[in-house]
Amino acid sequence: MSKFEALTGNAAVSNAMRQINPDVVAAYPITPQTDTVQTFSEFVADGLVDTEFVTVESEHSAMSACVGASSAGARVMTATSANGLALMWEIVYIAASNRCPIVMSLVNRALSAPINIHCDHSDVMGIRDSGWIILMSENGQEAYDNIIQAIRIGEHPDVLLPVAVCQDGFITSHSLERVELFDDQEVQDFIGTRESEWPLLDVDDPKTFGPLDFYDYYYEHKRQQVEAMENAQGVIREVTQEFNERFGRNYGLFEGYRLEDAEVAVIAANSTAGTAKTAVDNLRDEGLKAGLIKLRVFRPFPGQELAAALRDVNAVAVMDRAISFGAMDNAGPLFSEVVSALVLNDVHVPVADYVYGLGGRDIRPDEIESVYRELFDIAESGEVKLRVQFLGVRE
Amino acid sequence: MTQMKGWKEIPIGGMILEAGNSEEYNTGDWRAFRPVFGEADCTNCMLCWLNCPDSSILVDAENEEMIGFDLKHCKGCGICAAVCPVNAGVIRRADGEVAKDDPRLCIRMVEEGKFQEVGDE
Repeated sequence: MSKFEALTGNAAVSNAMRQINPDVVAAYPITPQTDTVQTFSEFVADGLVDTEFVTVESEHSAMSACVGASSAGARVMTATSANGLALMWEIVYIAASNRCPIVMSLVNRALSAPINIHCDHSDVMGIRDSGWIILMSENGQEAYDNIIQAIRIGEHPDVLLPVAVCQDGFITSHSLERVELFDDQEVQDFIGTRESEWPLLDVDDPKTFGPLDFYDYYYEHKRQQVEAMENAQGVIREVTQEFNERFGRNYGLFEGYRLEDAEVAVIAANSTAGTAKTAVDNLRDEGLKAGLIKLRVFRPFPGQELAAALRDVNAVAVMDRAISFGAMDNAGPLFSEVVSALVLNDVHVPVADYVYGLGGRDIRPDEIESVYRELFDIAESGEVKLRVQFLGVRE
Repeated sequence: MTQMKGWKEIPIGGMILEAGNSEEYNTGDWRAFRPVFGEADCTNCMLCWLNCPDSSILVDAENEEMIGFDLKHCKGCGICAAVCPVNAGVIRRADGEVAKDDPRLCIRMVEEGKFQEVGDE
């Protein structure tokens, strides 16, 4: 039987980790992720899990230990945020390239400088090209649900890629919410046991991991990663469907909220999607047909599916909680992806980008409502006056 | 040159599934100079065998004899010729400089290009 508890987003993930009972966890504390692993370390100390908990001296070492353990055949988890992820950088790529299905809770936080511990998505956007699968979560419950699914997705033999599960630093990581925890055994039954086909610790059949790989084969190995990412979308669909059936959820690659008859749509990820739902409801009360897409799977990017979902709207706004400095119009990274997806799938609709919430700047329902109101103007005129706006910044 | 494999035919992540397969890597084709036995008698001191960084000195273990070079893997570094005490004796006795491909040496280093016409030894 599942039970309901009042948990922070971090504690929800800690509990998912307890139920997953990974073989190895290696992590280094960093705000706002810290109490995920801190709580988990208490589970280790209390003997509630069998995990080998490795306390390391940096995030670079944390991810290195994870790669080693995952190569050995272990089920491995870690957690980090912002600058911690930046310090992991080198090994983040190696984890994906060595095909280690590590699952990482990534509690999104702004990158320095100036130093800031609050939420934005500049950290995760930095690893968008690294070969990790990236799932986004609106709240602690979704982070918990995604973490459990991430184990199955990453370890699937057709995938074998690491998975980062994101949630917003402080906004959800430290907010106490009602979270449904599934029965321990049911989680175990769902995730099963990791069976590595090529465990490094198989001393009777030794293998080489991470060798030098030059112009003669490196390119082929990158091509294999493309294939794994292609396979990942199908596997995510399969695992999600099974999860939905077993645990009574309704996840997809993304969620369309009041989208069926919407005239305009906003795309948002993580907690802002929740705020945007309130904005949509307020506008609907006024008779305005507003809709929302909440992105769940950021990598592999569901471009074709998003384009299909947006085919009938008259204007689209992308909410970007990060800037891609020097990109066209200094737009956010999500904007570029969405625009490409629309154009390449022959959906020709005006799109505007709204950068917002950097460094934890609050985003309120009335601000998102103002975005919708601008979208209705754009839909009517067919013209985007300002392609990129910096919502909530003081002039 | 061996046939290069496509991305579907190789293990993922750069893994090498067979142990000890470095033998299959023909490093001999990096070579600019080739070690060749000269006229001076080898004393089977095994210093070349001891110093060779690529384990490319072939030895008849039963008769304790140095019998030649593994040219598939020898990169032609010339360490064997440099450490050879018989070579040192030849150089000391000789008047003037001794070229590294002098036939009087025990191990001489001959330009690889000179073997192109006759192919591999």
